[in-house]
Amino acid sequence: MKDDVTSREERIENLSGLGCSRKRVEDARFTQGKGNYVDDIKLDGMLFGDFVRSPYAHARVKSIDTSAALEVPGVLAVLTAADLEPLGLHWMPTLAGDKQMVLADGKVLFQGQEVAFVVAEDRYAAADGIDAVEVEYEELEVLVDPFKATASDVVLREDTVDEAGRPTDGAHGPRKHHNHIFTWEAGDKDPTFEVIDAAEVVAEETMYYHRTHPCPLETCGCVASMDKVNGKLTLWGTFQAPHAIRTIVSLISGIEEHNIRVISPDIGGGFGNKVGAYSGYVCSVVASIVTGKPVKWIEDRMDNLMTTAFARDYWMKGRISATKEGKITGLHCHVTADHGAFDACADPTKFPAGFMNICTGSYDIPTAFLEVDGVYTNKAPGGVSYRCSFRVTEAVYFIERMIEVLAIELNMDAAELRRINFIRKEQFPYKAALGWEYDSGDYHTAWDKALKTVDYEGLRAEQAQRVEDFKAGKTRSLMGIGLSFFTEIVGAGPVKNCDILGLGMFDSCDIRIHPTGSAIARLGTISQGQGHATTFAQILASEIGLPAESITIEEGDTDTAPYGLGTYGSRSTPVAGAATAMAGRKIRAKAQIIAAYLLEVHDDDVEFDVDRFVVKGVPEKFKTMKDIAFAAYNQAIPGIEPGLEAVSYYDPPNMTYPFGAYVCVMDVDVDTGVTDIRRFYALDDCGTRINPMIIEGQVHGGLTEALAVALGQEIAYDDMGNVKTGTLMDFFLPTAWEVPNYETDFTVTPSPHHPIGAKGVGESPHVGGVPCFSNAVQDAFRAFGLRHTNMPHDHWRIWKTANELGLHT
Amino acid sequence: MSKKQHYTITVNGKAEEFLAEPRELLIYTLRERLNITGPHIGCETSHCGACTVTIDGKSVKACTMFVAQADGKDITTIEGIGGPDDLHPLQTAFKEHHGLQCGYCTPGMITRAVKLLEENPNPTEEDIRFGMAGNICRCTGYQNIVKSIQAAAAEMNAAKEAAE
Amino acid sequence: MIPATFEYYRPKDMAGVLSILEEHGDEARVMAGGHSLIPMMKLRMADVPHLIDLQDVGGLSDIEIGAESVRIGAMVTQHQIIDSDPLAAAAPILREAALQIADPQVRYMGTVGGNVANGDPGNDMPGLMQCVDATFALIGPEGEREVPARDFYEAAYMTARGDDEVLTAVTFPRFTGGYAYEKQKRKIGDYATAAAAVQITKAAGACASAAVAMTNLSDTPVYSEAAGAALVGTSVDDAALSAAVAAMLGDIDPTEDNRGPIAFKKHVAGVILRRAILRAWSRA
Repeated sequence: MKDDVTSREERIENLSGLGCSRKRVEDARFTQGKGNYVDDIKLDGMLFGDFVRSPYAHARVKSIDTSAALEVPGVLAVLTAADLEPLGLHWMPTLAGDKQMVLADGKVLFQGQEVAFVVAEDRYAAADGIDAVEVEYEELEVLVDPFKATASDVVLREDTVDEAGRPTDGAHGPRKHHNHIFTWEAGDKDPTFEVIDAAEVVAEETMYYHRTHPCPLETCGCVASMDKVNGKLTLWGTFQAPHAIRTIVSLISGIEEHNIRVISPDIGGGFGNKVGAYSGYVCSVVASIVTGKPVKWIEDRMDNLMTTAFARDYWMKGRISATKEGKITGLHCHVTADHGAFDACADPTKFPAGFMNICTGSYDIPTAFLEVDGVYTNKAPGGVSYRCSFRVTEAVYFIERMIEVLAIELNMDAAELRRINFIRKEQFPYKAALGWEYDSGDYHTAWDKALKTVDYEGLRAEQAQRVEDFKAGKTRSLMGIGLSFFTEIVGAGPVKNCDILGLGMFDSCDIRIHPTGSAIARLGTISQGQGHATTFAQILASEIGLPAESITIEEGDTDTAPYGLGTYGSRSTPVAGAATAMAGRKIRAKAQIIAAYLLEVHDDDVEFDVDRFVVKGVPEKFKTMKDIAFAAYNQAIPGIEPGLEAVSYYDPPNMTYPFGAYVCVMDVDVDTGVTDIRRFYALDDCGTRINPMIIEGQVHGGLTEALAVALGQEIAYDDMGNVKTGTLMDFFLPTAWEVPNYETDFTVTPSPHHPIGAKGVGESPHVGGVPCFSNAVQDAFRAFGLRHTNMPHDHWRIWKTANELGLHT
Repeated sequence: MSKKQHYTITVNGKAEEFLAEPRELLIYTLRERLNITGPHIGCETSHCGACTVTIDGKSVKACTMFVAQADGKDITTIEGIGGPDDLHPLQTAFKEHHGLQCGYCTPGMITRAVKLLEENPNPTEEDIRFGMAGNICRCTGYQNIVKSIQAAAAEMNAAKEAAE
Repeated sequence: MIPATFEYYRPKDMAGVLSILEEHGDEARVMAGGHSLIPMMKLRMADVPHLIDLQDVGGLSDIEIGAESVRIGAMVTQHQIIDSDPLAAAAPILREAALQIADPQVRYMGTVGGNVANGDPGNDMPGLMQCVDATFALIGPEGEREVPARDFYEAAYMTARGDDEVLTAVTFPRFTGGYAYEKQKRKIGDYATAAAAVQITKAAGACASAAVAMTNLSDTPVYSEAAGAALVGTSVDDAALSAAVAAMLGDIDPTEDNRGPIAFKKHVAGVILRRAILRAWSRA
C-alpha cells in the first residue's frame, strides 16, 4: 500500500471495513471440503458411545439387563443411571433452573429418552450393543396435552412433589399443580382488564404455535478426552456457548475449570439447537474418565429431532382492545407453555418465558398484561430459541396475528391498522407497557417504503378481483397478501437483568496486534455459519485502521478465547461486536500515544484518519497503524508498556431492537391446499450494516426457515407420545424447489447505544417471516370469513380451512 | 459381526484397498477409514444430500450405499474436484456469490452441481432448482446457491468458448 | 443409524442369484439400487441376513423399444428412463412420472425393478405400470413366468412374487395417445399424497379407451377399471370426469398419515385425477 499516493477513499477501500460486501474468509476451507466439524475429529484409540433410548413416552423402568450387550464384540461398557448415581451425575441441572435425568432414573418421561450409554470400539459395535441391551418397561399413562396434564392426577415428575404429593416450589416460585412448572407475569393485570372491559372494540383469539425443531444439517455431538496423566479434560463439541459449557461441566463434574478445555470447532448450523447441555456430553465425559480413552458421541437425525432442543409449543390466548377508529388501547396475553418432561429452556435465568413480554410488538399499546404458565408433559425437553431471540418468534407471531384479527373485527385494512398504531419515531427511546425500553426505530418510513415497493393498493385490487372471479367460478385459486411488521429484541444482554446459570450475558474480545501490523482477535462467541471471521475483522478494520485481510478472528477455544456467553439470540454483533469495537478503541487510544511520540507532538495534537494518525492540520505528517504497531514492539516509549494489546468485556446498556417490514404474495389452491409464493419482499432495519452481502444471505436463510415453519415443519406427537415426524421424510426442510426468490431491502436506524450502531440481523427474517407467511395464507380466506387458523399451513390443513368455510361445495 | 471382506475402491484417482464389514456405509468408509471428511452426514435417510459423491459418473448419496456395493467403483468427492492450486469454477463461484454459510452442505452441494453442469451446461434457474433438489441447505435459502451455479456455468462456458 | 450385520453376495448371473435365494429362503433378499431397502435396514426395521446385490447380473439394464412393445430391464434406473429419448417417444408417461420420483441422486440409483417389486404403496412405478398395462417377468426355481401388473399387488409389501423369485423386466405395449402423471406431494423426496396415472386414446372426438391408476391411496396401487370405463365413449366432459372420479373413489381406500386425513386424501385424489384426465385428454 502506497500510503502517500493513495486517496482517502482508496485507503478506506483497502481496509475492507464496515459496510463493504467483503467475501468470506471461511469459504476457502468449506468449498474444498476442509472444514473441521466435530465428527471429523479422529483421535488415537477413540471410542464411540451411543444411547439405548426409550420407545415409550412414559414408563417405569423395571430393569435394565446389560449382560448380553457386554458380550457383543467391541462393546466395552454400558452406563446406566445406577453407574452415574455415585458420581452424582445421573441428573444434571438445566439452563432453566430445573434438573434433568442424564440417564433414565427409574422412569422415562418422553419417547427417545436416554436410558443407557453403550461405549464401544466403533459405531457398529455400539449399534449392536444397543440392540442387545434388554430393558423392561411398565407403561404409564401418557400426557401429551398441556391442558390435560394440568388437570390430571398423574404425576409426571415425582421429584417435584412432597411426600403428600403436593407440588414443591420451583425455580420461579410456587407451582399450581404437580405438572405445572411456573407462572410468570409482566405488566399490569387490573388496569389492562379494566381497559379491555370498557373498550369499544375487543378482538379475542386463541392460537397454537406448534412445536418444531431447529434441525441444523449437522446434528449435535462431542468428543471427550480425559488425559489422566495431566488431569486435563478436553471436550470438542457442537457448542453455541463453549465457555458456558466449560463452566457447567466443571460445576457438575467437580473438575476444576482450568483443567477443562472446551473447543467448538466448525459448527454445521445451530439455530438454537446447540445452546443446551445434553446427556451425550455428560456420558461422553464420564465414559472417557472411566475408560481413559477419547469418546465420541454423535446424534443421528432421529435422535436429534426426537430429543434435543425442540422450539415453540406455545398456546397463546389473546385479547386486544381498540377504539372504533382502530387505536389500540390494551392487550392481554395468556400462554400455556408446553415445556416437555424437563424445563430445559435456554432462556436468561430471570426470564422463564424468554422475552415473550415483547409481545406488544411495534405498536404503541398503553396498557398490557402477560401471563405465562409452564407445564410438564411427556414430550422431549427443550424450548430453545430457534433462529430467534428468546421466545420472540412466539411474541411477534402473537401480536401480528392479533393485529390481523383486530383488523377483521374493525373491518379495516390491516396495513392501515398497523400504521395508525406504530410507535412514532419521536417516541424513541420508547418504554413499552410490558417493561422493555426500545432503543430506536422509524417504523412509518419502513412501512411506507415496503407498501409502495410492492404496490400494496394494486395488490389489494388484484386480490379483490380474484375473489370475484372465484365466486363467479372462473378460478379455484385465491390470493393472499401477508403482512408483517416486527420488532426484535436481541443482544442479551445487560448483566443487570440477563444471566444464564448466574453468568452475566456480557461478551468479550481480546486483540493482539503483531509487530508487522497484522492482528488476531479472539471472541467469546462462536460462528455457526454467520461469518464472524469475516465481519468481526471488518469491524476491527474500521476501528484500528488495519486491513480486514490482516486480521485473524478466532473463536471457540476456551483456553485461548476470552470468556463470553456464546452465539444465539442474535447476540454476537450486538454484544461481542460491541466488545470488538471497544477493544479496538483501546488499541487506538494507545496507538495515539505512540503516534504522538513518534511524530514528536502532544497526544492531543494527533487525530485518527482511516488507517493512520495525522498531526492535526498537517496531513502530510502521519504515522500509519502499521508504523505504530512496529513501534509498539520496537521502541522504548516513555510512560507506556511495550506491545499493543487490548481486551474488552462489554456489558450492553440495553438490548437492540432491529425491525422490519415484510410482504408476501401467495396463491392458494382451494382444492388441494397447495400454496405458491409469488413474491416475498423483506425490508430489514438492523441499524449499521457491517457486510451487506452477509446480511442478505442471513435474510434469505431466515426467511426460508420461516417458510418451513409456517407451511409444514412440525414435531408432531400421537396420543401415545410417539413422535410422528422423526426423519426428514416427514420433518419439512424445504429444498431449492420449494423456495422462492426473495427481494431484500433496508432502512438504517442505528442503535444509539451500540458503539457502531449495529443491531443484529440473523434472526429477524425468521421472526418476521413466520407471521408474514402465515398471514398470507390466512388473508387469502379473509373474504370468506376466516378469522384465524393455526399453523403449520400444510396442504391438508389449508384444505380443511377451505372445507370448513364451505368452499368445496 | 460378519466377516470382514477385502474391498478395492478408487477415490479421487487413488486406489484404496482395505478390509471391512459389508455393512459399513460408504460415507463412513470415506470419512473414517480413508479420512476423506469433505462429504458429511446430515439425515442418514437419503434426503439431505450432504454425503453426495460421484460414483462412476452418477451423483450418489453415500449414506445409502454399503461399502460392498461400492467395491470396484471409481469415486470422486469434493476433495477430488479442486484444491488450492486448481479450484473448480464452482468452488470459486460459491465464495464469490455467498452460496454457503455454515459450510456443512457445501461439499455435497458443489459435488452435485459439478455433475449437474456436466449434464446440462446451460441450465435455467428452474433446471438448477430441480437438479439441486436432492441437497438440503439450512442456511442460505438457496437463492445464492442458484446464483453461484449460474455464475459458474457462465464462467465455464466462457472458458470453453475461449479455448475453442 | 447402523444396520445389523449381513452376508453380502454379488453374483454374476441369475443362476447364482436363484441358488442363494433357494438356500436361504426368506432370510435372503435381492437388492437393486437399495434406496428403499437400505434406509429400512439402517433403521433396523428390515432384517436381511443375506443380501444379494444384483448389480453384476447381466441383461437387466436394457431399454428395448420394439415395434409393438417396450421392455425395460429391472435394473434400469429412473435416471435412465428420464434420459432415454426413444423411450420418451414410445411411452412418454414414464419420463413424466420418473421426474416426479424422489430427487436427482435417488433417481440415479432407484430402479424400475426395485420400485415395482418392493410392494411399497408409496412407490410411483407400480401404479404407473398398472396404467400402461405392463407385464412383469419373474424368474425362479421353476423357471420364468409373467404376471400382469394389474394382478401383481396383494397388500402392502405383499406381491405375487415368491420369496425365491426375482423380477427381471417389465414389458408393456407402446402407446400413442394422451397421457399424464399427476402427483401431489409435500416436497421433493416425498411420497404422493395422491397421484394419478392416465392414458387415453381418442377416436372421432370421443374417448376410445382409458386407463386410470392411483398411487398411495390404498395398501396397493389401484387400477380403477371403472374410472376408465366411465370415460370411454364420452367427450370427456364434466359429467364424464365426475363419473370417473366417483368410480375411482369407489376403488381407493386411503388411510390417515402425516399427509392428512382420509377425507382430504379422497378429495385430493379426485382433483388430481380430474387434472390428469384433462391433461391426458388435451394430449390425446
